[in-house]
Amino acid sequence: MSRSLLRYGATAGALAGLVLMTAACGTTTRGSTEDEAGASATGEADPNAEIPEGLAISFLPKQLNNPYFTYADAGGEEAVEEVGGEYKEVGPSDASASSQVSYINTLSQQGSDVIVLAANDPNAVCGALNQARQAGGRIVTYDSDTDPECRDVFINQASAEGLAQTQVKLIAEQVGGEGEIAFLSASPNATNQNAWLELMEEELAKPEYEGIEVVDTVYGNDDDQKSFQEMQGLMQSHPDLRGVVSPTTVGLAAAARYLSGSEYKGDVALTGLGTPNQMREYVEDGTVEEFALWDPKDLGYLAAYTGASLAAGRITGEEGQTFEAGRLGEYEIGAEGEVVLGPPTVFNADNIDDYDF
Amino acid sequence: MVPDVSTPTTGEAAAAPRPAEPRSALRALASARGTSVIGALLVSVLAASFLVEGFASGRNAGFVVLDIAAIALIALPMTLVIITGEIDLSVASTLGLTSAVMGQLWVAGLPLETIVPFCLVLGAVLGAVNGLLVTVAGLPSLAVTIGTMALYRGLAYVILGDRAVADFPLSWTGGATSRIPGTPIPWVAVLILVLALVFGVLLHSTAFGRSLYAIGSNDEAARFSGISVGRTKLWLFVATGAVAALAGVFWTLQYGSARADNAAGLELSVVAAVLLGGVSIFGGVGALPGVLGGVLLLGTIRNALQLADVSSDTLSIVTGLLLVVSVVAPNAVARMRARRPGPGAPRSRRPGGPDVPRPFSSRTER
Repeated sequence: MSRSLLRYGATAGALAGLVLMTAACGTTTRGSTEDEAGASATGEADPNAEIPEGLAISFLPKQLNNPYFTYADAGGEEAVEEVGGEYKEVGPSDASASSQVSYINTLSQQGSDVIVLAANDPNAVCGALNQARQAGGRIVTYDSDTDPECRDVFINQASAEGLAQTQVKLIAEQVGGEGEIAFLSASPNATNQNAWLELMEEELAKPEYEGIEVVDTVYGNDDDQKSFQEMQGLMQSHPDLRGVVSPTTVGLAAAARYLSGSEYKGDVALTGLGTPNQMREYVEDGTVEEFALWDPKDLGYLAAYTGASLAAGRITGEEGQTFEAGRLGEYEIGAEGEVVLGPPTVFNADNIDDYDF
Repeated sequence: MVPDVSTPTTGEAAAAPRPAEPRSALRALASARGTSVIGALLVSVLAASFLVEGFASGRNAGFVVLDIAAIALIALPMTLVIITGEIDLSVASTLGLTSAVMGQLWVAGLPLETIVPFCLVLGAVLGAVNGLLVTVAGLPSLAVTIGTMALYRGLAYVILGDRAVADFPLSWTGGATSRIPGTPIPWVAVLILVLALVFGVLLHSTAFGRSLYAIGSNDEAARFSGISVGRTKLWLFVATGAVAALAGVFWTLQYGSARADNAAGLELSVVAAVLLGGVSIFGGVGALPGVLGGVLLLGTIRNALQLADVSSDTLSIVTGLLLVVSVVAPNAVARMRARRPGPGAPRSRRPGGPDVPRPFSSRTER
């Protein structure tokens, strides 16, 4: 019994090994160089080309039924209608690394002219995207980019500089230009958070902000309860604190919840990056004056116009090319095929009810 | 609930797990449920070809094969495990841990030619841990592998955190998804067929394979008739771990991204495909061709519904319903047969009346 089992096991192992080994000869290590040129934009751009009727422009968000993407894709639908195209939104119900691949394959099989994608993983989708491009599709990423070699243009919601400048300007206005402030960030090793914190410190070093002093940076790990406690701790350890900046939606909402139920409500300024739906009640009850984020609807709108312009041949994705994006006006393609939506949108009591995300 | 009585093989093996006649292998192959799954597969392929635009093309067939490759690979040893009445829910975590280790070793500068065999051995070891806990410690495999499912996934996060290692060479990542020249069929189909052949022969034409049915039908009787139940199960868990690791290597190269969360939740798709393929969750019943049919049926339906622009939520409802039906239907049929015995319908597969089904029996040892 066990001998025949061993025999079969050995055979199975040997066969599996053989198949794998034939995949390559010699050794392949991380250092070994290899020509990995991806597909790149080809052909000349013709800025005056007509956008053809009936372009199939498909949106593939990180996951379906996510309010942020539902709102963003509504902007995409608006733009697709303006250019007379066919809008479609498909996507997985979970935001895992590889779950978008079969949807990309399906779209490329259906002959989509443009795929507008927010990537769950910058690399897992690359193979499928390159196949879709070989089949004639154009790829625009929005919100979350892929490896630049796998797409034509990336629509960046906001530049890190723009986000840092806006938040510093907001807190400076709210504390009257002087006093102690602190940061409530996500986790100590979140790359984008740390980049923003660094840029905000640089911005605060400018002469016009010399009255403001950063006394502490705490981390809520993007966990609601931890952020709440960190905010509480901040107020206890710095009695003279005048304001807090939280460049994370989870942190901002938790901090606002703490302030709105504390004696500091209205005295201590709070701003950062948040969504209108999370922050509405704190703006209405006076805890928070102004905060910022981009407008996802504009993001989707711009992504759709970019895709249509690519499919029409108005642009190819090269740096320096410009194109018209409906109500948003003219945009220019930056380095590595990146387009920045613009300065962040500032939300306050006057405009917050215009947004639903 | 009445246990499955859909194949004569089961009754025979349960009544007396002796070296079976050669005919029983053929009967297992022609298992009623296996055949009906393959029939359902043919019907859905035909229907989708006529009804769904873009379905009937070689290129699309290639997409389907790549989509189901990892599920198909792991479903092969899982079939054998479930036939013995056990289950392994840690396979997707084994895949994720393998992927994380692969990424970390690649970052450390080891050649892929060393990393890949190491990962396969690692998978076998992880499988052996499951197997030893089930056979030596005598714990139920459902509990053991729910535990190691969390344990292995946790280890994967310890190793790689939320990082992704993605700079694998194009010759390997491209190779994983490359197609057989002149056809739209990816090379991984060959790997699946080879392993299917290995496990198929093992299950359907060896004494070892017959002993699996005996164990799944009644492990006490199997033990008394001289079958080494513990050792058999241990080997099956080792094989499942190794194949899950192989799927992990393939997955990492296929998506060009080593991550700790790779294939999260895949264990449910694997078990779904195996049950859909006519294997009884209570053990003792099932055949490999049916399982391959089940895997392909799942893949085909997902692909066709996606092409028809059915939303992902509806898609999971359809898949879930299919699974429930595939588990409930055989029991319902068996119950009807037991109530109204017709010619050739076994009234009860065990002497002394129907047993209570014992899923994931913990009473394998002592």
